[in-house]
Amino acid sequence: MGAEESVRLALFADIHANRQAFSACLEAARTRGAERIICLGDIVGYGADPEWAVDTVMGLVDDGAIALRGNHDNAIGTPSESMNAEATAAIEWTRGRLSAPQRRFLAELPLTQREDDRLYVHADASSPARWRYIRDTPDAARSIEATDAHVTFCGHIHRPALYSMSSAAKMTSFIPTTDVPVQLLGGRRWLAVIGSVGQPRDGNPAAAFAMLDTASREITYCRVPYDVETAAERIRANGLPHWLADRLLGGR
Amino acid sequence: MARPAIEPGAQLDGFTIGARVHQGGMATLWSVTHPGINVPLLMKVPKVSEGEDPAAIVSFEMEQMIVPRLAGPHVPLCFGSGDFDRQPYVVIERIPGKTLYARLGDLPLSYEEARGIAGKIATALADLHRQNVIHHDIKPSSIMFRDSGEAVLIDFGLSHHNQLPDLLQEEFRLPYGTAPYMAPERLLGVRDDPRSDLFSLGVLLYFFTTGVRPFGESETLRGMKRRLWRDPTPPRQLKGDYPPWLQEIVLRCLEIEPVWRHPTASQLAFELAHPDQVKLTARSERLRRDPITTVWRRRFNRGLTLPKPKSDVAAQLASGPIVAVALDTEEGSGPLHECLRATAEQLLSTLPSARLACINVLKLGRITIDRTLDEEGNNKHIDRLVALRHWASPLKLDESRLTVHVLEAVDPASAILEFTRINQVDHIVIGARQNSMLRAFLGSVSARVAAEAVCTVTVVRPPRSAMAQEGKARASPSSQAART
Repeated sequence: MGAEESVRLALFADIHANRQAFSACLEAARTRGAERIICLGDIVGYGADPEWAVDTVMGLVDDGAIALRGNHDNAIGTPSESMNAEATAAIEWTRGRLSAPQRRFLAELPLTQREDDRLYVHADASSPARWRYIRDTPDAARSIEATDAHVTFCGHIHRPALYSMSSAAKMTSFIPTTDVPVQLLGGRRWLAVIGSVGQPRDGNPAAAFAMLDTASREITYCRVPYDVETAAERIRANGLPHWLADRLLGGR
Repeated sequence: MARPAIEPGAQLDGFTIGARVHQGGMATLWSVTHPGINVPLLMKVPKVSEGEDPAAIVSFEMEQMIVPRLAGPHVPLCFGSGDFDRQPYVVIERIPGKTLYARLGDLPLSYEEARGIAGKIATALADLHRQNVIHHDIKPSSIMFRDSGEAVLIDFGLSHHNQLPDLLQEEFRLPYGTAPYMAPERLLGVRDDPRSDLFSLGVLLYFFTTGVRPFGESETLRGMKRRLWRDPTPPRQLKGDYPPWLQEIVLRCLEIEPVWRHPTASQLAFELAHPDQVKLTARSERLRRDPITTVWRRRFNRGLTLPKPKSDVAAQLASGPIVAVALDTEEGSGPLHECLRATAEQLLSTLPSARLACINVLKLGRITIDRTLDEEGNNKHIDRLVALRHWASPLKLDESRLTVHVLEAVDPASAILEFTRINQVDHIVIGARQNSMLRAFLGSVSARVAAEAVCTVTVVRPPRSAMAQEGKARASPSSQAART
């Protein structure tokens, strides 16, 4: 690449039906000049506005966005046995809220998508349907080794991280600094784990997303404060488990 | 994709390759030109072919990430870079002259010259650390000087940027760097403490003033590890005339525990700039190394040292600022002095590594003064120093955290601004001139300092009631005697 035209991508993961968070992130991405949108899965689950979230992503896809399927999106059509009680309760509630076309949209989302030298996937790229977390460098190495993409973008763990593998297969890990661009050097391969829009779990309640400039190959991890109280109140008002509301306030 | 050839006359991204300047173990340096750039340029090209040291690639990648982000006079400016998928290179400003390595034949240098050199390097390190970068390879061959005098740090292949991935962190099982200059904590895998650079500068200063390297030249891990428990021979044992203030500074830099070194490079630069104000401790007197019992205790109790949380370069620098309080010992009033002291106390109480510089300007007339008045001027100078110490004494600061300075100048605001700039002061606390008549005549020093300073400025005024009382007191002549 190198000669590739500069396109600014906005990458969102784990929206989880949090309308307040996703609206704030979309607005922030527009302000930063986003030209293309990538949703890395888990559009629904946990949050109180699944209809709005699915409709919004459907609209974005109509306008050229890429959207992937996450394990919660998958569980709407194919109930999962590995989810905990709160997640299962939220999925069952969500299923009842979505229309048939919305459910079909989620079920038909791809598990992976390749674009130039970039791979998009919800979780571990070595086995996308097993929904394994990328927790550490061995997990990241397994995912990177499964693809020849220069950069893989994923979510799922709700905590931002940036891994790289050198040409000698040595790994590095890094917790990104908000708003400091990092050049994804061409001499190594990268796994960019994007934090969660709708349910951050790294101790920072602000919604997370990332921007990528495809020409300079610079990734910038962003955080956006949003109306957490309203999002939490909507979860409680809809009879969803209260822990799902409480955890938003502390970003846990 | 085929790599473009790098040879004299070849073109790469608008740069014309000139002569080969240097062929190192990890990279080759070429002189290059570019039609739009007027400064001399160097292109650094890493050795990446099969069989080369993999460290060459990783350290080039670190430079590729870090060098374009650096700014200021203490680093070479970056003018472009290329990535590995075509031809890796960085183009940087070519600093004329030689590195400090060229001076090795002249060692030991005079104490005064070495002090000047070390002060410039400390100032450069302070600037680098403020940019979130730890150099990690401070040694004579990575230091150059601009014609204007500033030290320039070069070679960032081993550096750590606090806000970027550290590609060296997990790459090598053994610490990578220059053995004689490497800080002990580096041997334990710590790469995020800016005080590692102060240790290396201490090694350089020791070497440049004694002609001997404090930890020898051993390149083996075993030999290097000795510095985790063995302190160096005090310079005074090697040279009888070694100044105590210099030994104090050098041995503090070489402390095994980073926390015992100077808190920041700025504070080290400050000490080097004011040798007469260095607080002398037992370090300055030492003639022998620590007794073997102490060494053994250190050696075999290493596991007892508490694990340290990951340090944040910016947070660490912020906890050790240089705070300057500008006091007007003549015109300043009791309430204002108390308020200045209260403000300083608040600042210092939350910042245990901060240091306080109390400054006062002795105003000179615009016309040169004759010899008799000079004598009187000197007395005034001492009176002012005494007044500053008196003001600071209720703060009960450790002597190592406090200095007092009387600046002689025609223009007080300029003198304060100059002091701030040279000494890298982070925060000025200054009182507002209260007498509106004087302010109207002389202008406000605090307003000019606040407007023109490069750091944070706090302008202090006494509470309104105190000012009203002060106004009354000033009006009655009998109260004048009560003022000191």
